[in-house]
Amino acid sequence: MVKDPICGMEIEPEAAAARRSHMGHTFYFCSTQCADTFDADPHKYAHPVMDGNGTKSAIASAPTAVESSCCQSTDSVAAEEPVDEETAAHEREYKSLMRKFWFAAAISIPVMLVAYPELPWLYLPNLFVGEASETLIQTLFILSAIVTLPVMAYSGRQFFTGGWAAFKHHSADMNTLIALGTSAAWIYSTVALIIPSIFPEGTATPFYDVTAVVIALVVLGQALEVRAKGQTSQAIRKLIDLQAKTARVLRDGREVEIPVEEVLVGDVVVVRPGDKIPVDGEIIDGRSAIDESMVTGESMPIDKAIGDEVIGATVNTTGSFKFKATKVGKDTALAQIVKMVQDAMDSKAPIARLVDQVSHYFVPTVMIISILTFLAWYNFGPSQALAFAVVTAVTVLIIACPCAVGMAVPMSLVAGVGKGAEHGVLIRNGEALQTASKLDVVVLDKTGTITKGKPELTDTVPASGFAAATLLHFAASADHLSEHPLAQAIVTGAQDQGIEVGEPDEFDAVPGHGVEAVVDGRQVLVGNIKLMRRYQVETSRLEADVKRLQSEGKTAMYVAVDGHAVGVVAVADTIKEDSVQAIQVMQELGLEVIMLTGDNERTAKAIARQVGIERVLAEVLPEDKAKEVHMLKQDGRKVGMVGDGINDAPALVEADVGFAIGTGTDVAIEAADITLMSGSLKGVAYAIEISRATMRNAKQSLAGAFGYNSLGIPIAAGILFPFFGILLSPILAGAAMAASSITVVSNANRLRFFKAKSFTETAEVTA
Amino acid sequence: MNIAQIIVNVTGITLIALIVWYFWLYRKEGVQVTEVGGVQQVQIKVKGGYDPDVIVVKRGKPVRLLFNRQEAAMCSEMVIFDKIDQSAKLPEGETVAVEFTPDQKGEIPFQCQMGMLRGKVVVA
Repeated sequence: MVKDPICGMEIEPEAAAARRSHMGHTFYFCSTQCADTFDADPHKYAHPVMDGNGTKSAIASAPTAVESSCCQSTDSVAAEEPVDEETAAHEREYKSLMRKFWFAAAISIPVMLVAYPELPWLYLPNLFVGEASETLIQTLFILSAIVTLPVMAYSGRQFFTGGWAAFKHHSADMNTLIALGTSAAWIYSTVALIIPSIFPEGTATPFYDVTAVVIALVVLGQALEVRAKGQTSQAIRKLIDLQAKTARVLRDGREVEIPVEEVLVGDVVVVRPGDKIPVDGEIIDGRSAIDESMVTGESMPIDKAIGDEVIGATVNTTGSFKFKATKVGKDTALAQIVKMVQDAMDSKAPIARLVDQVSHYFVPTVMIISILTFLAWYNFGPSQALAFAVVTAVTVLIIACPCAVGMAVPMSLVAGVGKGAEHGVLIRNGEALQTASKLDVVVLDKTGTITKGKPELTDTVPASGFAAATLLHFAASADHLSEHPLAQAIVTGAQDQGIEVGEPDEFDAVPGHGVEAVVDGRQVLVGNIKLMRRYQVETSRLEADVKRLQSEGKTAMYVAVDGHAVGVVAVADTIKEDSVQAIQVMQELGLEVIMLTGDNERTAKAIARQVGIERVLAEVLPEDKAKEVHMLKQDGRKVGMVGDGINDAPALVEADVGFAIGTGTDVAIEAADITLMSGSLKGVAYAIEISRATMRNAKQSLAGAFGYNSLGIPIAAGILFPFFGILLSPILAGAAMAASSITVVSNANRLRFFKAKSFTETAEVTA
Repeated sequence: MNIAQIIVNVTGITLIALIVWYFWLYRKEGVQVTEVGGVQQVQIKVKGGYDPDVIVVKRGKPVRLLFNRQEAAMCSEMVIFDKIDQSAKLPEGETVAVEFTPDQKGEIPFQCQMGMLRGKVVVA
């Protein structure tokens, strides 16, 4: 049961008199009057649902941030439902087309047999009726004329209604061509049958088979196309399937299970072990580890406690907690991801805009060519010129396939964007995809992009006669109370190695130097050379180690116990596991990889060496990052910039393609042309690979479609006839036309099996 | 050339001229919108084309286009406003609103995914 927002009546959605989608919510109405009232000011009535983000206006103020309030699957509360409807609509369309096909096919067979009276089967009846064969053939043709009418009226109905509707809009499409072609064939045949005398000798031959068979073939082609199209957008389906179906919320102090669409902002949601988190929110009670791999690509479950955010569609592991819903429906992270993918699929690649210009002129041009063909044959053709003229003119109309041209780029785009989404690569639009395919330089931010972005303990170098574990125990225990990230790294590193970390008895942080503490009754110093000098600790025998560690880009700290230097611990921002491989793949793809960082030259070079980057732009101030990108662009290069979203934003915008790496949060999604939901640089390589593959695929389809039309139309017009005596049958033309549009869709479907260098099977991120 | 040939040729050439005029040269008149509660609103029927397909609106005021697709043909399944980065799926028989506020004069074209069906919003 749903509530009519106007009169408040409870109604069954199926029984609703009308339905409207507004701001991502579907509303049902008991009557058309209610729907009309709603239409007048939807926002007013939709308001209660919008309470959670009441500041949001129904209508965006500038075209750049325009709000689409349509009922796309993507921004709906029940993202699931419209997609199911869409699938169902496609299924209905497919079944209806197949019924039409079988009907046309069944009639085509006898009509075909009649059309070739010189073939032996028509002489069989002669055995019985003797001389009457002329009359018999005449009768059979009249029957053909009659039975092909329902083929046109039922199986081919959409060509006529569609063609007519387009005609009223001063436009013409594939329907126009098929309608004109098949009806011209039927009318000519019928006139030839009724008043053969008006035609020159020998040209009054009916060809009803063309009408029936062409309709059958083209309808079959359309049916197969509907099928294939459904497959290209499976990626969206996979994303939507991530969503939870129900949520357990507290209402009036009771726990009730409700459909996820009915969760409101502010609801308290109860999550038990193993549950899928239904919407986005903030934990208010309890704690748990949450598997967020499907959204962020992070494979390890993340510990969350009171005050932490949870993302809808992620999975709770073992704990239980309650959280307050902060984002529902189309505002959730998942809905935004789905919307972004959907929008990208529906966007235009620049190459497609060019094609659009062509398609505007395509169909009328074909009609003109058809008339010119007719006139050429009529005026200059051999004997029976009129029959030739009609057949060739009809063949031209039928062979031309504007669909293949128009579909080439969008089909590949849908498949490519979907493929990207499956690997956690969100491509904003067709333009981003097309530009990404042309990149020749990739600029990588260092911290957080190549590296993990937080220091980790890397080396423990004890002085002779001192155990590494003891060194670490003292260093970590001394640092235990410090909040400095370097100190934290040492503590975490020690704990990870299973070393006992105790509380210091005394603790003092010396800013800019390090810490002084008392551990196990002994004085411990952890810090830089300045700290050691201050306490007059002799460090000379460790200096070589410190130099080496520093040259590797690490931060080295001396450790002294009771005034004696006992070793060095080093901390560094470490490289993400797969950065090396990802950078290697990029270089194999022919891209120059440049590292950009605000860090000092030495550290930057050390990291660059480890990952195999030759060109380093170090000590770049945050505000100058965009300038560096700009300068690369001025050298005429196509520059991709990869950063972690917030401080790199100007550089991301400046670059031809900005890649935001890491989180699946809205900020990152907003900033970039391509968002990588996983933190891995492999996503960049994958994005470039998939965009190249997609553009290659689109160009293949486009070349195929243009090639097909520019060869097919002249051949259909009979250009080969003067030289080789070859003339294309209109039936073959129909088959070719159906095949050409199926080929385009199938070619796009090949992208689904695309295998990238940058992803091995195990590294695949489920998006 | 006999009379029949002359008639056929003249008819053919006339048809070509008509095609050029009807499909390419003909200029459509725009439809003015009605204002409902401060929103410039218009119903657009989607069936083999957009009806009306040229919509004249005023600058700076919100526009709501209510698309209603009345056919199953997949061609018109989607309406795309490339210039303002908007698109909408049009389920058959359902009214789908596309809303935006034009902030500068000019034309905002919209079309189906393949560019066969076209229309435009003229911002005056």
